[in-house]
Amino acid sequence: MFWQVLDLPDGKVKFTPEMRFISESTTERESCYRVLDDNGKKIMSSNYAEVSREVAVKMYTDMVMLQTMDTIFYEAQRQGRISFYLTTVGEEAINIASAAALTFDDIVLPQYREPGVLIWRGFTAQEFANQCFSNKADYGKGRQMPIHYGSNKHNYITVSSPIATQLPQAVGVAYSLKMDRKDACVVTYIGEGGTSEGDFHSALNFAAVTEAPVVFICRNNGWAISTPTSDQFRSDGVVVKGRAYGIRSIRVDGNDALAMYSAVYAAREMAISEQRPILIEALTYRVGHHSTSDDSTKYRPVDEIERWKVERDPVTRFRKWIERNGWWSGEAEIEARNSVRKQMLHAIQETEKVEKPPVADMFTDVYDCPPSNLVEQEKRLRETIKRHPQDYPSDVPV
Amino acid sequence: MATVFGATSAAISVSSNSRKLHLPSRRSLPGRRAGFLVVRSDAGANPNAGPRRAGQLITNAVATKADAAAPSAPSKPGHELLLFEALREGLEEEMARDPTVCVMGEDVGHYGGSYKVTKGLADKYGDLRVLDTPIAENSFTGMGIGAAMTGLRPIIEGMNMGFLLLAFNQISNNCGMLHYTSGGQFKIPVVIRGPGGVGRQLGAEHSQRLESYFQSIPGIQMVACSTPYNAKGLMKAAIRSDNPVILFEHVLLYNLKERIPDEEYVCSLEEAEMVRPGEHVTILTYSRMRYHVMQAAKTLVNKGYDPEVIDIRSLKPFDLHTIGNSVKKTHRVLIVEECMRTGGIGASLTAAITENFHDYLDAPIVCLSSQDVPTPYAATLEEVTVVQPAQIVTAVEELCQ
Repeated sequence: MFWQVLDLPDGKVKFTPEMRFISESTTERESCYRVLDDNGKKIMSSNYAEVSREVAVKMYTDMVMLQTMDTIFYEAQRQGRISFYLTTVGEEAINIASAAALTFDDIVLPQYREPGVLIWRGFTAQEFANQCFSNKADYGKGRQMPIHYGSNKHNYITVSSPIATQLPQAVGVAYSLKMDRKDACVVTYIGEGGTSEGDFHSALNFAAVTEAPVVFICRNNGWAISTPTSDQFRSDGVVVKGRAYGIRSIRVDGNDALAMYSAVYAAREMAISEQRPILIEALTYRVGHHSTSDDSTKYRPVDEIERWKVERDPVTRFRKWIERNGWWSGEAEIEARNSVRKQMLHAIQETEKVEKPPVADMFTDVYDCPPSNLVEQEKRLRETIKRHPQDYPSDVPV
Repeated sequence: MATVFGATSAAISVSSNSRKLHLPSRRSLPGRRAGFLVVRSDAGANPNAGPRRAGQLITNAVATKADAAAPSAPSKPGHELLLFEALREGLEEEMARDPTVCVMGEDVGHYGGSYKVTKGLADKYGDLRVLDTPIAENSFTGMGIGAAMTGLRPIIEGMNMGFLLLAFNQISNNCGMLHYTSGGQFKIPVVIRGPGGVGRQLGAEHSQRLESYFQSIPGIQMVACSTPYNAKGLMKAAIRSDNPVILFEHVLLYNLKERIPDEEYVCSLEEAEMVRPGEHVTILTYSRMRYHVMQAAKTLVNKGYDPEVIDIRSLKPFDLHTIGNSVKKTHRVLIVEECMRTGGIGASLTAAITENFHDYLDAPIVCLSSQDVPTPYAATLEEVTVVQPAQIVTAVEELCQ
């Protein structure tokens, strides 16, 4: 039989007389990589990256800090001390374990539910509080709403509210690293809802075509505000989309800190040594509300939330593993929680004493130097404030 | 932005720019030239003082002949080239000078770009530095922004300006904003460029004037080139600027020929260009309309008028200094633009002049723009949507009554 194989512009393709449509789904869903079972016990045949005692304990204490920060700042918002907050409850393992598998040279482009990466890299309670309270010491100079952290010295690019815009930017950052031939990669995060955005598709496509060292971590937490995954896409989650772009992918149990650590560690190695993008889909559950502007009990059953919160908490699961190794104890637990809580409360107290950003900061950094129209606008504003001081807050320095 | 002031003859290096030329040490730099000539746009002599073609009124000013104002060129001979070659020359000089400069866009590599501005660059600098991207404007603009935040200086080419509407999210939300919202921690020195404006029967989608849509975005600068001289100068200035700059080119101006200086020069991003000094009326224009205005100016001069023609060049921010001085002299303003009437650059400029100089005006500002219609395909209809020299002549006559 001739014409069995034809040379097409993009390669050789075998022909078949059988008309067969590729099914819209495989019979079984893509399996999910896990190392620790629900009780924090290592599964016998698992292959994973070793974690030292020091790293494991830091991972755990950082998860505790994340949980504590979430509790206290959420409360602060409810008390009216900050205007907005969003928690990472249920996704602590994704945050901390992925950060732990990276080096500080790897550049991170977050979505907005990844403050744990900053915690791992040493961002202090005070620095978090400064941003949320928008005071003068905020690195963002009070220009962004709470939780929109950013710090170039921590290689963590400022959070930007629109969904998925960070994905093509991540490819650009990787392109920059490629030009420098650096031993580093880019890691960017997205929720499963964000994968519906056009930017997700073209970013993955670009990353594959430009052979960019980016690790895309998708936190599939089941809910995009009130939209469940069944209304978001009809594919088997996000992991199967990687192949459509020619990207190596893996599905991981996002609530298993060791599995997350191992997968990100391996992904990073491949991304850098092979100069290719990797897609990681971390399955998890958003235990908290989308943000302080949301009440998720309105659209999902309370017992579903409770079940994940109590039975599948990633922090508890990891704690059981480090306790079993003799690296943690009940006393250490009490100590850690008290100390972190104190730190957080102290940070808030201190931050509320710091001045708000001055009016001058409203006009700087729009450009490298203020142009004449901004100079004039600032002058007008100052005149207005001077003339009507009673209409302007007295605690904002002019 | 630092404004760069003119040098008279000797090449000097301007201190405000040399601070911005510091690059991160991880990249090795080629030897930098000692200094460069920065020329103020109105320093040159005006060659268009007298009537050229007496009695010949050409209604379709297809700008292929370089009757436009000569640049303020020093006495050296210079070399002749077309506008798209001037853009390429500027681009190439900057790529040679600074290894962080790179280009990304559709078909910019071996194809050389839809208007050949990047021709030959991929062969010289490789596929990575002159990057062919898949068709996703929002994404390659985002990619450029990400690269810029980590030390590169990308030039993002839109195959046609209209396609950059797809990139509006990245341009507005990230390009313009991230330097500000990050507290100055991340800067975005990108240049976004491409051909726009009404061409010859390119259809509505390929005949858009995006400068009016982008003008509100805080944090970006916008310039429009109109001659080979200012095209090269503005391209270089835009690349060197630490702010995101959108450089508007016009589809019909790429084959303009002009003699430009051999030695290096950079134009100022915030300055307007005095094309023809005059006394009776200030005509403000930019890009292709400059040529329609100059065509009309010849007729006007025949009729005894003395129009002052300024190519505003800097669309954001406006050079109110040059414009103001002109208004104070002539007391009458005519704005000629290709944008649509509603929300165009002309509308914005009218407001700015009225606010700042209304005491000096003897008559209300007149603004000639395209109508608020998508550009039709039929040649006769297309011609009528664009402001023609005859309308400009009429408007000046009415304004000067």
